[in-house]
Amino acid sequence: MSQHILLRHRDIPHLDRLEVYQQHGGFEAFRKAVTSLQPTEVIQVVKDSGLRGRGGAGFPTGLKWSFCPNTIWPHYVVANADESEPGTFKDREIMESNPFQFLEGLMIAAFAIQANTAYIYLRGEYWHIGKLLDQKIAELEAAGLLGEGLFGTNYSLRLYTHMGAGAYICGEETALLESLEGKLGQPRLRPPFPAVAGLYARPTVINNVETLANVPPIIQNGAAWYRDFGTDKSPGVKIFSLSGHVNRPGNYELPLGTTFRELIYNYGGGIPEGRNIKAIMSAGASSTLIMADERALDTPMDYESLVGLGASLGSASVIVLDETVNMAWLAQKTTHFFKHESCGKCTPCREGTYWMTHILDRIVAGKAAEADVELLQAVAGQMQGKCLCALGEFSILPVLSSIQKFRSDYLEKVATPSLEVQS
Amino acid sequence: MNALRAQYPEEVERILAKYPAERKRSAVMPLLYLAQRAEGYIRAQDLRDIAEICEISITDVASIVGFYTLYYDQPLGRYHIQVCTDLPCALRGAEDFLRQLSEKLGIGVGETTPDGLFHLEEVKCIGACHRAPVFQVQGDGEIVFHENQTVETALAVIEALREQARAAKGEQA
Repeated sequence: MSQHILLRHRDIPHLDRLEVYQQHGGFEAFRKAVTSLQPTEVIQVVKDSGLRGRGGAGFPTGLKWSFCPNTIWPHYVVANADESEPGTFKDREIMESNPFQFLEGLMIAAFAIQANTAYIYLRGEYWHIGKLLDQKIAELEAAGLLGEGLFGTNYSLRLYTHMGAGAYICGEETALLESLEGKLGQPRLRPPFPAVAGLYARPTVINNVETLANVPPIIQNGAAWYRDFGTDKSPGVKIFSLSGHVNRPGNYELPLGTTFRELIYNYGGGIPEGRNIKAIMSAGASSTLIMADERALDTPMDYESLVGLGASLGSASVIVLDETVNMAWLAQKTTHFFKHESCGKCTPCREGTYWMTHILDRIVAGKAAEADVELLQAVAGQMQGKCLCALGEFSILPVLSSIQKFRSDYLEKVATPSLEVQS
Repeated sequence: MNALRAQYPEEVERILAKYPAERKRSAVMPLLYLAQRAEGYIRAQDLRDIAEICEISITDVASIVGFYTLYYDQPLGRYHIQVCTDLPCALRGAEDFLRQLSEKLGIGVGETTPDGLFHLEEVKCIGACHRAPVFQVQGDGEIVFHENQTVETALAVIEALREQARAAKGEQA
């Protein structure tokens, strides 16, 4: 795209400086919201825009904001900046290079639910971003854009960063809240949902960084303008994090509905050394493997079309796998990740990921029999639908889809003589 | 006598001010980072100090140290060299990178160099998949990314850290 909506720093140099951001319309949307719109009007515009959560779940953002009851106070907004899905590195670029647009989106979200305090929960590894955002927040306070009685109204707002410390599970919103409360990052049983009982048991909206970065231009330009991008059911733009076997990995901001082929071959420059593409993961490690046939390559990347492929868009972290990849090895990689990151709270995930890694280690080492593939499938099947949160549920997707679609990769590994298996 | 509060009075207050007065427990994670800054790990005394500030039990604080990977309860080397070998990085040669780095440093993964400066770790995704091989250095209260690495550039980074540590030691002496 020639002009970016989210990655605007690629078009405008030094957009991370407050004066440059303001020269390009920065904080006009926040000012407009606070001084001339009712919170319900802000929520309505976001609803009308069709914006859906960009962290992975794709839940309609405006609807999420409308759930906070006006009978329980205070309200909180928490920005989920715990970007940890293998293959995802988009929020990082927004915060590093276009931080004010993200902060402005967070501030508008806070106004929309009348929260006076908002937190930014960052993964600990983004230490430099935490320091950067602290600086930017201080600049906003000095400029009178954060603090008490904003723009002469009685609305007040403070933002704070909070660093995580290396736990993928804290990207799950209720685990994130636990962590922010100073506890182990373990998911909560729902209901109640965070919109009713979130941070400190108060109504809380949790939004992904990219979701929030969409909000200022939507408020500024209107819902109809936003709907000009993307598809009817998946409006707007999305940042696709492209990684794996491509010539030009990186972040690409494109309208929802762009095909895999365009992303991988036009933007990503195709597969290195002219090798053939074998499979695609569309949602990072939490993906059902997509066999990269012609039909799949021509599939538009939007929420609905991916479901049509039996997969999901997730956070749009597209990992490209060429013909050299053995999918049993891939499942071993992702399963080790989920086993390491399982919080241990629920048994199916804690035990299931543990046993899956053991079986996969045996398979990949060539010390397993074909029956072990069935065993692996059975363990994954027993986890399905029984885990407390999405981590466990997603951990089985690469396992089951690799067995189903690339069984020969497993057979290649278990083809060793049975004598060795018994020894 | 709270040693952590005595050592970092302003920072402890600044951390506590982020959270509602009756929600001091929220400060446990930033306080652990603060305690870890000087020595690179959390000591038993730190657990007691933080428990007192947050008005929670020492066990509660220790459980946080155990749960999150960026906190350490023992000295493992001044700089933690954390190499990501998750799927996207592995597709770009990160496993080979780690193996060669380990050989050049003369220590295995999970081991520390004899001078106590470098601890080599294999870590999960750190959000730099498009610039693999990649590692981060955790130490001296910071976490710094090093992207698009080769074994040679990584060794140069490590050598620079060694120099930095030597210079700092010289200043102290």
